[in-house]
Amino acid sequence: MRFRRRPTRLRRRIRRRDYECLRGAYGKRCTLALAPPGRFAWLLSVMENGVGGMTNQNDPQVVGVAPRLELQDITKIYPAVVANDGVNLQVLPGEIHAVLGENGAGKSTLMKIIYGVTKADRGTVSWNGQEVEIANPAQARRLGIGMVFQHFSLFETLTVVQNIALAVEEPFDLDGLARRIVEVSERYGLPLDPRRLVHSLSVGERQRVEIVRCLLQDPKLLIMDEPTSVLTPQAVRKLFETLNRLSSEGCSILYISHKLEEIRELCHKATVMRGGKVTGEADPRQETASSLARMMIGRELPVCQHAPAPEGGEPRLVIAGLSRTSDDPFGTDLKDIRLTVHGGEIVGIAGISGNGQQELLAALSGEQPLDPHQTYEIHVNGESVGNLDPAARRSLGLGFVPEERLGRGAVPAMSLADNALLTAHRAGMVKLGLVAGAQVRAFADRCIETFDVRCGGHEAVAKSLSGGNLQKFIVGRELLQSPSVMIAAQPTWGVDVGAATTIRQALIDLRNRGVAVLVISEELEELFEICDRIAVIAEGRLSPTKVTAETNQEEIGLWMSGMFPGVEDEPLPDRQELIDAH
Amino acid sequence: MDTFTAIVLATLGAGTPLVFAALGELITEKSGVLNLGVEGMMLVGAVCGFAVAADSGSIWLGVLTAVAAGAAMALVFAVLTLTFQANQVASGLALTIFGIGLSAFIGLGYTSVALDGMDPVRIPVLSDIPVVGPLLFGLDPLMYLSFALFGAVTWFLYRSKAGLLLRGIGEAPDSAHAIGYPVIRIRYLAVLFGGAMAGLGGAYLALVYTPLWVEEMTAGRGWIALALVVFSTWRPGRVMLGAYLFGGVTILQFHVQGLGIDLPSQLLSMLPYLATIFVLVLISRDINTIRLNAPASIGQAFHPSN
Amino acid sequence: MRIRIEPRAQPSRLMGWLSPLLAVVLTLVTGFLFSAFLGMNPVDAFHAFFVAPVDDLYGLGELGVKAAPLALIAVGLAIGFRSNVWNIGAEGQLTFGALVGGGVALWAYEMEGAWILPAMILAGALGGMAWASIPAFLRTRFNTNEILVSLMLNYVALLCLSYLVHGPWRDPEGFNFPESRLFSESAMLPVILEDTRLHAGALLALVAVGLGWVFVKKSFIGYQMQVAGLADTAARYAGFNRKRMIWMGLLIGGAAAGIAGLCEVAGPIGQLLPSVSPGYGYAAIIVAFVGRLHPVGILLASLLMSLLYLGGESAQMELGLPSAVTGVFQGVLLFYLLAADLFINFRIRGATPQGLRSPSKPAEASS
Repeated sequence: MRFRRRPTRLRRRIRRRDYECLRGAYGKRCTLALAPPGRFAWLLSVMENGVGGMTNQNDPQVVGVAPRLELQDITKIYPAVVANDGVNLQVLPGEIHAVLGENGAGKSTLMKIIYGVTKADRGTVSWNGQEVEIANPAQARRLGIGMVFQHFSLFETLTVVQNIALAVEEPFDLDGLARRIVEVSERYGLPLDPRRLVHSLSVGERQRVEIVRCLLQDPKLLIMDEPTSVLTPQAVRKLFETLNRLSSEGCSILYISHKLEEIRELCHKATVMRGGKVTGEADPRQETASSLARMMIGRELPVCQHAPAPEGGEPRLVIAGLSRTSDDPFGTDLKDIRLTVHGGEIVGIAGISGNGQQELLAALSGEQPLDPHQTYEIHVNGESVGNLDPAARRSLGLGFVPEERLGRGAVPAMSLADNALLTAHRAGMVKLGLVAGAQVRAFADRCIETFDVRCGGHEAVAKSLSGGNLQKFIVGRELLQSPSVMIAAQPTWGVDVGAATTIRQALIDLRNRGVAVLVISEELEELFEICDRIAVIAEGRLSPTKVTAETNQEEIGLWMSGMFPGVEDEPLPDRQELIDAH
Repeated sequence: MDTFTAIVLATLGAGTPLVFAALGELITEKSGVLNLGVEGMMLVGAVCGFAVAADSGSIWLGVLTAVAAGAAMALVFAVLTLTFQANQVASGLALTIFGIGLSAFIGLGYTSVALDGMDPVRIPVLSDIPVVGPLLFGLDPLMYLSFALFGAVTWFLYRSKAGLLLRGIGEAPDSAHAIGYPVIRIRYLAVLFGGAMAGLGGAYLALVYTPLWVEEMTAGRGWIALALVVFSTWRPGRVMLGAYLFGGVTILQFHVQGLGIDLPSQLLSMLPYLATIFVLVLISRDINTIRLNAPASIGQAFHPSN
Repeated sequence: MRIRIEPRAQPSRLMGWLSPLLAVVLTLVTGFLFSAFLGMNPVDAFHAFFVAPVDDLYGLGELGVKAAPLALIAVGLAIGFRSNVWNIGAEGQLTFGALVGGGVALWAYEMEGAWILPAMILAGALGGMAWASIPAFLRTRFNTNEILVSLMLNYVALLCLSYLVHGPWRDPEGFNFPESRLFSESAMLPVILEDTRLHAGALLALVAVGLGWVFVKKSFIGYQMQVAGLADTAARYAGFNRKRMIWMGLLIGGAAAGIAGLCEVAGPIGQLLPSVSPGYGYAAIIVAFVGRLHPVGILLASLLMSLLYLGGESAQMELGLPSAVTGVFQGVLLFYLLAADLFINFRIRGATPQGLRSPSKPAEASS
């Protein structure tokens, strides 16, 4: 109650000043203060925040305007890491401001501080020139700050309108709110059905829910955390239109990303972070991708060594018409998936998450064994493995790096040595049912050394490692078992650039040794960098593969929305022959 | 009063403690917390309610004390699991073991005390209507309270914003935290409500149903209430249905003997427990039913720093 | 300044050892306050509770008599708990083991032979396993919650035993008391320490602790079960068979509880009674946790818990305190332990809004 009064008085004061300013600018009486907030949001924003919000639609960096948001000396310390170290940041009204940095640079922590989710240990936040303490997200929203989370903050079993009702502070009237959702979503070209359950929405639609949820409250500052990672290239275009429109209406946007090209295209200004500190500010339109990269990681973006694929590999992994109903009620059913991966090539599967990747991976790894009568749909090295468990498939030469590092690829609370035992136990680590500790530790040490895993030795628990180092350990553990077929899901997700390069190079080297590699990833850039052929998964169907050199991101992007030609019959081993071979 | 009316009344009476305890646990679980200490909370509620009622002579003071005692027990659990991040299964078991000991300790002087119990509300004229009269207008006040609480819980869960939030927190505490709700504080409230309701269930048992204090008099009713929540797939209406079903099974054992069927009493006493196992199997067989209805975060600790 | 709870980067090994000790100390302090509150001299109460029961050889023997079943059951339970198999039906498995093993003893009434005792122990183990196999089957086949099923079966087992000793197995010369015949000499566990009641069951418990240690710390299946307990998804990723672990967790717990039950009826009790356990099956859950689910820790915790039982009895005689006090303190001990465990994975930090520590100077504003 107490802090509510102050901003109101403050607002009145600012309003008066800008009102006069407006009168000066237009030279006539102005009664816009009575206009409904939604329709004249930009004008109100001008009135509240100074003329900068209006006159600078194309270039908001006008001198002498109070910044919408100003951070000074923001510092946040976690037990193991200094997430933010004296960060300063200024966002002007109507400005699209990029915060650029690789994984672990402290961007997300900074945004959480602005949105009141986390409290800074030190530093000040100013809103429209006034120092504020943002204690919680509700207060942030009252100030006019909206946030679209990278991992959405939605409730799956509730409907769109119920989800939004929980984040707006107004009387509980779902019908009225549903009408307003439709209104706002139509105005901004973000179609939404308020009555649908969130778990039935695609990731792109979920993002729309989050955006609309913010827009309903007339935000003055919208924070977008890695928004394009869940979108097709075409959907990214539409998102940029929406963001540009919001900006022209006077809404500032903080745009968190590590994608350099996007930032150069969209943003007016960029603040670059590395290791929790601000390492530079720039006008991204004046910079090149490589100059931004230098600011971001302190050197040129490393590139993997990638020679053309050796010819004539044998089919190692064959998926012959795999269909299956997901046993997750919110999952995607797989429909007649056909794919052959040969020794010595990397095949990539692109797609927006939630289109059947999880189900495909579980079917391939054996975590969801097939029905007995579906035995012949998956072959590893000529053997049908459809009804084998993951351990048996590994014995046949299958290696698998899952997307989730903590909890699936590794046991968070166990040491690296114990985590080595998880899948590598076949390599002489178990004798007469007992664990041979010395062998386990030797294997873990070899893995740590070979793949440059920075950690406190094999006794360090998995969760104490950074994402990149743990991922190197997991990839290393699978590689050291000399697989002949390697499946990697999102191998560099959330990993720093250095580790990502190491991991990609390791996969390429593996291919060069004649191993068949299948990479499932949502990052198109990554797939185009390392893959020899690319396919797309959409709504549980798999597209034909394309040789990487003969396609481009636009075409694959189009396929990601499900528009791809039917799959030609890939040459498959004769089914009867396989049955006989058993 | 004819036999039918008597059986229905007895069934309602046997089911009511379960209604209270299971509705309370339902709210607790909806917030994503699994409190296995219902048995302990019921016992402590029962003994505290009985002791205060016996000493003060006021049944209603006893009921209030039972509610407070149940909530106090739940507070211990909440501090352990929500503030100290302890394992919910272990903490719930500890609460039950502690509750059994504590209730036996408190109840020492009260094992041979007799109470009058609670008089049914008799609405003149209406309660004299045959069959329907006593069933609708001649129940005891706490039974009417249980109906009211059922209505309130249903309204809360499906018609109010707070109920929506509670369901959301049980579903995805991280999302609720991210949009700014105090997850831990709300879970505290849900756990305390569960404890108060369990205490009320215990009070009904000790002050109205028997009315006596006997060591471990709940005889597994707290656990049956937990099973009822699963059986109901976390829906209040089915909680009521299940509770009266179990009330019926409990009553059955007395009437079977009355009918002259010669079965050992021990076998008949097994019925409620075997029935619990049976319905649990029935409802759990379809894994998707559970997965679609169970609060997704149930049993998992939440820490806002993650 | 306000207090904050922060996750540790690496769980503290030191706290892993300290937290049970801290819990014991806090329980003692609570006991002191409690007895002072009841108007007793805390030192007298402490003496009656913790010293008097074990100040002679017989007392020490009693310590072992009660610790043995607790350790035996807890070691078995811990194996399940480590893999998140929550068998809380040890009381029922104990009862059923006693029932089956005791049945063999009654069947072999007045027979002699060295085979009788081993047969009884085997029957006890099988009885416990059979009882535990019900929740295992329902869990693996119908996905039914094993906590509730195993708990319900506690009541059922007790009623089974009650039926038998009230009916078919009642001692024909027992004046209609609900109890069986006394077992014959060759169906009784030998006493291993003269002038005490300490019987061979204590040796069985020690063997179980040893086997449990090998299983938990050295065997691959023990490792697999630990993985499943810590991260179920990782266990599935590695291809460990979850159903087998559920079966093993429950069967091992059942066998241990069944043997413990048999040892009670073939040891200190010597016949079948309507109740053969003062809640060992529940107390063993506490023992398992206080012992950190580690066999050696369990051994120590079982001695402590046994002392609490004896202390309760002694306090009843010397101070007129009800034996229910034991249950209260068992619960309090587990509460403190669970709370103290916080410090293994978290640490408490006091923080002012401006931060207590500044790790480095503020960064240069911009380049």
